[in-house]
Parts: sequence; C-alpha cells; structure tokens
Amino acid sequence: MSTAAGTATRTAAPRARGGIGQSVRDSLVVAKRNLIRMLRIPEMIIFGLIQPIMFVVLFSYVFGGSISVGGDVSSDLYREFLMAGIFAQTVTFATAGAGAGIADDMHKGLIDRFRSLPMARGAVLTGRTLADLVQTALTIVVLALVALLVGWRIHEGILKMLAGFALLLFLGYAFSWIGALIGLSVRTPEAATSGGLIWLFPLTFISNAFVPSDNMPTLLRHIAEWNPFSATVQACRELFGNLPQGYPVADAWPMQHPVLASLLWSVVIIAVFRTLAVRKYRSATV
Amino acid sequence: MPGAIYAEGLVKTFGDVRALDGVDLDVPEGTVLGLLGPNGAGKTTAVRVLTTLLRPDSGKAVVAGIDVLKNPNEVRRSIGLSGQFAAVDEYLTGRENLQMVGQLYQMSGRDAKTRATELLERFNLSEAGDRPAKTYSGGMRRRLDLAAALVVSPPVMFMDEPTTGLDPRNRQQLWGIIQELVAGGTTLLLTTQYLEEADQLAHDICVVDHGKVIARGTSDQLKSRTGGERVEVVVHERDQLTVATEVLRGFGKGEVSLDDHTRRITVPVTGGAKLLAEVIRELDSRGVEIDDIGLRRPTLDDVFISLTGHAAEGEEEPGRPEEAAK
Repeated sequence: MSTAAGTATRTAAPRARGGIGQSVRDSLVVAKRNLIRMLRIPEMIIFGLIQPIMFVVLFSYVFGGSISVGGDVSSDLYREFLMAGIFAQTVTFATAGAGAGIADDMHKGLIDRFRSLPMARGAVLTGRTLADLVQTALTIVVLALVALLVGWRIHEGILKMLAGFALLLFLGYAFSWIGALIGLSVRTPEAATSGGLIWLFPLTFISNAFVPSDNMPTLLRHIAEWNPFSATVQACRELFGNLPQGYPVADAWPMQHPVLASLLWSVVIIAVFRTLAVRKYRSATV
Repeated sequence: MPGAIYAEGLVKTFGDVRALDGVDLDVPEGTVLGLLGPNGAGKTTAVRVLTTLLRPDSGKAVVAGIDVLKNPNEVRRSIGLSGQFAAVDEYLTGRENLQMVGQLYQMSGRDAKTRATELLERFNLSEAGDRPAKTYSGGMRRRLDLAAALVVSPPVMFMDEPTTGLDPRNRQQLWGIIQELVAGGTTLLLTTQYLEEADQLAHDICVVDHGKVIARGTSDQLKSRTGGERVEVVVHERDQLTVATEVLRGFGKGEVSLDDHTRRITVPVTGGAKLLAEVIRELDSRGVEIDDIGLRRPTLDDVFISLTGHAAEGEEEPGRPEEAAK
C-alpha cells in the first residue's frame, strides 16, 4: 500500500481487547476528558458549591428556630439534624449536571464521534458519571467544612463519618445514571438541566431530609419512609450521631435498617438506569 | 467483488419520512464517491448507517469487507468519520482531543501521544496544539476534526459536508488535504451540497433526492447527459435582442431562450470555438453590439437542476429527516 505524505500506511485500529479491562480503560479515558473540562470551567464547580452552602445557612438560621425535631425546639439540634439532608440533597442535585453534559455532547456531535469509535459501549456514560463523582466528592468536603463552621458535629467517630459519606456518594453516583438517561432523552442541554432538576424537588422534599416525616399526611409519610433518599439521610444521621434524643424512628423497614436500605436502593437504581441509559446511548440520534 | 463501501437496498424511515428509500452504493477501493443532494435528501442518513450510528430498517451494508449490521465494532476499527459539526471537545486542547480519540481507538497511551504530535504537525496545528479548541478558528476546528478522523489512518473515510460554512481559502486548503489522502489510497465517501466540491474531489457522483439515488456516473457523464454546449450572448441594447435572436436561431441546434431583463440569449449548439467565431462575425456584420459572449458547457449545477427540478443550495431547508421525525 502506498502512503499519504507524512502518514503511516493505512491501518485499522489495533484489535480491541474487549471485556472488563477495555471497559475500565475506556471509561477512565473519558473520565479524564471530563475532569479536564471541569478544571477549565471552574465556574461550574463554584456554582455547584454556592447553592448547598446557601441552603446550609438559610435552613439553619431561618428555619432553625421554628422546626422541631424530637419535641425539642433548638436551632443547634436542628442544625445537626439538617446536615445529612443538605449533604444528600447536594449529591442528588449534582446529577442534573451529568444530564446537561451528555445532552451537550450529543448536541455538538461528540456522541456521534464516540459511537463511531471501537470503544466499550458503556464507557462514555461511565466516564461521565465517574468524573461527576469526583466533583461531588470535592463538593462534599467543602460543604462539610462549612457545616463544621456553623456548628455541625459528629458523635460516632471518623470511620462512621467516612462510611456515611461513602453512602452519600454511592447514592449520588446511582442518581447520576438517571441524569444520564434524561440527558440522552432530551433534545437540548437546556431541557436536560430543567428536566434533570424537576424530579429532584419532590424526591428531596417528600422525605425526612428537612423535617421529620412523622408529621406528614399518611400517604406522603409512606412515600417519605420508602424514599431511597430518606434511607440515605437516615443512615447518615445514624452514622454521624445526629439523631436527637427521643427522635421518633418510623417502623418502616428502610427506616429501621437505613444503611442496608440505602445500599440496596443505590444498587437497584444503578442496575436499572445504567441498563436503560446504555441502551439509549447505543441508539442515540440527535 | 464488492467495493470498500457497499450498500444494497438501504431503507430507513423516520415516521412518515422515507429518509432512505432503497439506496445502492458501490465504491471501489481507493476511489472517492461524492454523494450529492439537497438538504434532507438522505445524505447524512446514509453516512450514519454506513458508520454504524444508525440501524437501517432493511438492506445490506458492507464497509472494508465487514458487514456493518453484524459486526459494527469491527467496522469502527476501520473507518474514520468527520462530521458536519466539528465534533471536537472545545475545552480540550487540540493535542488532548487527538490523544483521547487515539486511546479510544485502542492505541496505547504512548502511541496516541506520538500520533497526536504527528497529526498536529501535518495539519498545521502544532502552534495551536496546546490551546483549548475553543480558541480555534472555524477552519482550524475542521482540520482538527479531520485529524481526529485520521488518527489510525483508516482504510475507509466518511466525510459529511466537510467544508460547509468554510471560507474559500479554508475550503481550498481542506480540499488539498483530502486529495493528498486519496492519493494515499484511502477510500472516501463524501457528502456535499457544493457541486464544485464534488467536481473537484469525486471520481464518481451519486445524486440523491428524497432518499433515492436519481443519477450516478462521473462528473463528465452526468454533464453530457444534461446536454451539450451552448452559446450565450448578452447584447448591449435591449432593442437589438430581436436581431440577435434571429442570428442565433440560424446557428442553433435547438430552442433559443431569451431573458429580456438581463438581455441574455442562450442557444444549444455544436461546433465549439469555430462556431463561436462565426457567431461573433455575423452579429458584428448585423451591427449588434455585444457586452458578453461565450461558449458554455453544462455545470453540475445544470445537472442538478435538470435532475431534481431545483437548485442544490439556497432553498428552503426541510431540516434533517432525523429531526423532522421527532
């Protein structure tokens, strides 16, 4: 075969290794790409931080004195109670970013480029969700520091605290697959941003995140108790030692076994939404 | 033996729109096929099917000897795709973009790095290689996009409207790169709305409209199908049109067409330059003053208009069928 000026002989790409090894490698290549992007658009990280910090301040100082947890109206107690809710809300709201990013990639033709390459089929989405996980972890660290400043304390030791953060990040990772599916299903990045946020409001508010669920109407109370979001919040409160004395723990199974329930929910969400998202990706057209 | 790109009876519908309505293609190895057609004709859909991005409803496609429907991942190893939109990550530098694509083509990290440097050099992007692609001009982005499609020197290339939106200088430059590539033996399928582009680059041309191939052949074959040469005269004064028309009718081999507004008269002829000289002498002796006269051969524009009944560019855009279907 002849050669074009300055080019090597025309050759197909090296044969793909296939299997898990290739999936991991391709996912990391894509994750690296998304992390580089994040570093070059620091506004995104900064805005991602401002909102939860605002929530911490607003909820603890504005509502702190009038929301009762466990019969005792004390803003110090409420502040501790609140933090797990804010942390969990932060990791879930971050998932709207995954959807918007993927919709943007579709819009710009990058998804077409990726789909024409001999790469592992889930890698574009896995890479994206992994990069988001790194960003979320960073956000959580900053948020925890702010929380410490306004009076949040842990009472069960560092290891349990880390376990709590791990559960939060795992939930965030699971939800980012829902964000990915939304991003692949809409036509514009703008639609992905609003579509990615809308469902998060009922999810995070019909829960035990900001107020105890036992005062809610029966139907809402049941939803709140079985909400995957509530399980993680409850688990974190236990692991951080942030449940006030005499706080009424509901009889529902997830509230009695919040750590296990949180893990199970995250696994189920990943299994379902990763499958749906990867299938959607393979047939994605702009 | 089928060519490097082969398709038989491709059909793809989006709702009511038949984006591909039985398309057959056969591109011999090392040649360029120009897929020509107006917006929404099905060009992009054809490329998407052949590059494994879209499954056809029916039909057969073979690229680089591999069945596209049965073995898409094998096909992906052997093709390069350069799209209508310059599909590069604008926040990554040119080098980072090329390295990423190389690694996703399953090259080792080190090979991808070496290759990125080579390509930046070749596409005249070395200086800009470490700047985010966001800062690149339109022409530079296209070159980067094309470089990304060439990371593995694939035997088969697809380019979907590679020069749409580029200024003439950048278009010329990109044509040069494409010609070099083809000289190196790459098989290329190129879609374009620019007839001149197909004329310059393609060995064979397929004209598509409404999802069907309505004509195929070399540029010369298509032109001669549309008709032979014509003499075209623009007279200086409108009141000389009648005399001039009479003269041209005497030389012509067909109907004389007259545009009153531009004072232009056109007539099909045979006899070439010699005849043209006679026409000039005759007009002169009858006292007709002319602003312009010439012997005109049909352009691909004429071919296009005569085949489809409308021009290739500048008409109402029906939009891409993919979008229309949603």
